[in-house]
Parts: sequence; C-alpha cells; structure tokens
Amino acid sequence: MLRKRVIVCLDVRDGKTTKGIKFSENVDIGDPVEMAETYYREGVDELVFYDITASAERRGIMLDVVRRVAERIFVPFAVGGGIASVDDMRAVLLAGAEKVSVNSQAVRNPDIISTGAMRFGAQCIVLAMDVKADPRVPSGYRVVIDGGRVETELDARDWARRAVELGAGEIVVNSIDTDGVKNGYEITLTRMISEAVGVPVVASGGAGVPEHLREVLVDGKADAALVASMVHFGEYSIPTIKQYLQTHGVSVRASAAPF
Amino acid sequence: MRIGIVDYDAGNLTSVETALRRIGADFFTTADPDAIFEADRVVFPGVGEARAAMEVLNARGLSEALRRYADSGRLILGICVGAQVILDASDERDVSCLALIPGRARRFPVSELKVPQIGWNGVEHDNQALFAGVPSGGEFYFVHSYYPAPAETRDTIGWTEYGVRFASAFRRDNVYAVQFHPEKSGPYGLRVLTNFITMKEQ
Repeated sequence: MLRKRVIVCLDVRDGKTTKGIKFSENVDIGDPVEMAETYYREGVDELVFYDITASAERRGIMLDVVRRVAERIFVPFAVGGGIASVDDMRAVLLAGAEKVSVNSQAVRNPDIISTGAMRFGAQCIVLAMDVKADPRVPSGYRVVIDGGRVETELDARDWARRAVELGAGEIVVNSIDTDGVKNGYEITLTRMISEAVGVPVVASGGAGVPEHLREVLVDGKADAALVASMVHFGEYSIPTIKQYLQTHGVSVRASAAPF
Repeated sequence: MRIGIVDYDAGNLTSVETALRRIGADFFTTADPDAIFEADRVVFPGVGEARAAMEVLNARGLSEALRRYADSGRLILGICVGAQVILDASDERDVSCLALIPGRARRFPVSELKVPQIGWNGVEHDNQALFAGVPSGGEFYFVHSYYPAPAETRDTIGWTEYGVRFASAFRRDNVYAVQFHPEKSGPYGLRVLTNFITMKEQ
C-alpha cells in the first residue's frame, strides 16, 4: 500500500532558511542544507525548497544550495520559486532536484507546465497554487499569486484540473487563509481538489499539531502533508509526527537507521 | 569493481551518480556502446517513456551492446524505465524492448488509485542478496504509470501492492531490475545499491 507522505517545506532567502507568517515578518532560522540533512536522518519522506530570494542576480545561490542538498539527502526533493522557463527547470533538475514547482509563473504562462512536462516528464512538474476562500467563484476558492498579494480570475478547482491536463504530475494546495496560523489545514479545499484530479495532492498551510496532518490525510484525502513551523522550531520532530499518524491509522513510511 | 552508468538521455543521472558517490563506488558514466564493456557491472537508470528510451537505445547501438553485455554474464541493474525495458515489450505505445527477461510492462488498471503511483511503498522480498540488510516490507520510492510483469513467476524477487500486486524487483541470472528508485529511497535504497556493487555473482 502506498504510504502517506510527510514533506518538510523550507523557504530559502539568499541561501538561508527563513520563516514568515502569512508571507510577511520573515526571520532567518538556519542553513537549509544542514536542516535538510537533519530531516533526512529523521526520516522525512520528501522536502520542498521555495526560493523567495527577491533579486534575480542572487538566484545562483539557490542552485548552489540545491547541489549541496542533493549530495547529502537521498529522498526526493522539489524546488520552486522564480521558475519562469524551461531553462530554469533544467538548471534545478540538473543540480539534483527531483521535481520543480511552479506557481505564479504558471498562472501567467500555463505553457510552462506543458513544455516542462513534455521535456522532463509530468512526474517532475509540480503545480503549487495559493488559494483563498472566496464565495464569488464557483468552487468557493480563488487562486491568488505573488505570495497572496494579487487575486486572479481563476477558480481553484478549474485551475487544478487545467494544470493536470497540461501535464502537472502533482498539485500542492496552499491555503492562504490557514498558512502560518497553525490551526489546521483547509480540509474542505484539500478534499475538493483531491477529488477533482487524478494526480497526488499535497496539502499545505496550517499544520500546528500531528492531528492536523491526520485530518487532512484522511478527511481531506491528501496524499501528502507539508509541514514547516511545527518542525522548524523543534516543537515536533518527524518521528513523533509519524508515530502519531501510524498509531492513528495512517500508513506512513517507517524510519530506517542511517546507512 | 568499476561500475558503468548507461547514459541515454533518459532523464537525469545526477541522483544515481550522487548516490553511488555517497556509497564510495568507483563509477563512470557513458553513452558509448563500446565503453560499457570496460565496466565490471552496469547500472541502467531511466525515467520518462519506454518508447522514447528504446528509440535512443536502438539509435545509439546501446540495445545491442546491453544484450551482449548481459550475455557476458556480468551484472546489470535496471532502474525504473531501465527496469521496464529489460522485458520483451511495454504497453507504453506498444514498444518492443530489450528482451533480456521475458515479460512486459503493463499500464496500471483504471481504478480509484491515482496514476502515476508517486511515493513510498513497501517491497516484500525473499531475502536475495540484492536486499541484504533490508527488512521485507521496507519502503522504497516509486514514480511510475506502468509496472513490470515478468512472464515467469520465478523471476520476481520483490513484490509491491498498488491496485495490483506487481514485480517491483525481478531478476534472471545476472540481470537485475527494480521498478523503484534506490537512489531516492533513503537508507534502504543506498543499501540496495551497495549490495549490487558488492554482492557475489550467483
């Protein structure tokens, strides 16, 4: 049986892991390579790095981080943030990432999904979407971009379906409303997207305690759950989260002794 | 022990190279059909599509080289699409493959399960040398829409359940194949790669 995945998310700015609440008040919290290695040893199933470096000139720093991560962890990881072309995708994949994640750029230019999927395979292309509850659109959820600052015309469910048609192999659904506030994932949203598409759905935004992961993996029908603050600040570790899930009926990967 | 990695544009070899470096393997990567004969053992990775993979392998003379390499009795390890094309054929656009082991790669049947299978799944195995140090049922990382179906039950050495119970690892004589990605499967994956380069021929 396929296991549910626990994914750790690291926001990286100028080569440092950073953490903000609702996309503001960012503070540096450590070295992404060292943090990645710690999570790997603890048995994380996958990692995702979002490059939130503001200036394009400093993007090379991120590729260096990706290369160093690839040398030290042997589970899949994705890289997102500032991926605007197939060349950007290629650079990240050649540096050792398994997947690339596109968000705002894919809204502006959906062709990047199809071109990327054709060139590298759908399994490499992750569509991340930031979503806000909004009764004015049919599904009740609207896609927002640029870190939640800009509303789009896109309905979240339609956009997820469209992205999969274009070739996205996985969808990350991040709720702007719950992100960073640790009151739990947006279950209704996650479940709706998961039922709408035939590819894996990763829930993001709102994890505060292990029960939140159980809820979204079971009730929200997510295939994977993304965590950040709850592990970055040492409140919970990957083994304690997984142990909770396993004892509450969610099948997860057992940790293996380092080799 | 020198390992040759076959490069045929079928995706990214970086992660296989990095994993082999981590376990201290002496390896080289080549797209040259003659150069693979300099290797004591061959790792044959692949992501993407079986037909595209076979077109490149045929065009570059690598199909013939891999068949001859297999005949030489030295060990080969196919990974993911590299495992699928070791069989006779694939349902993926109905392509003929290397035919090193009888069988074909089949599409997962339509069901509620998502395709591709992406993520960690258990591999039950019968304790062959390739899995030394890995408990039966230990998890490995999978990404695939087609699964290997060797014609002979006795060729299967690892089983995984995803709607169907399929051969996630199979072997005939010196030819080994794993559907999962050992290079991305954490400690167990590194263990399998280490076993492949250190195990005795049997």
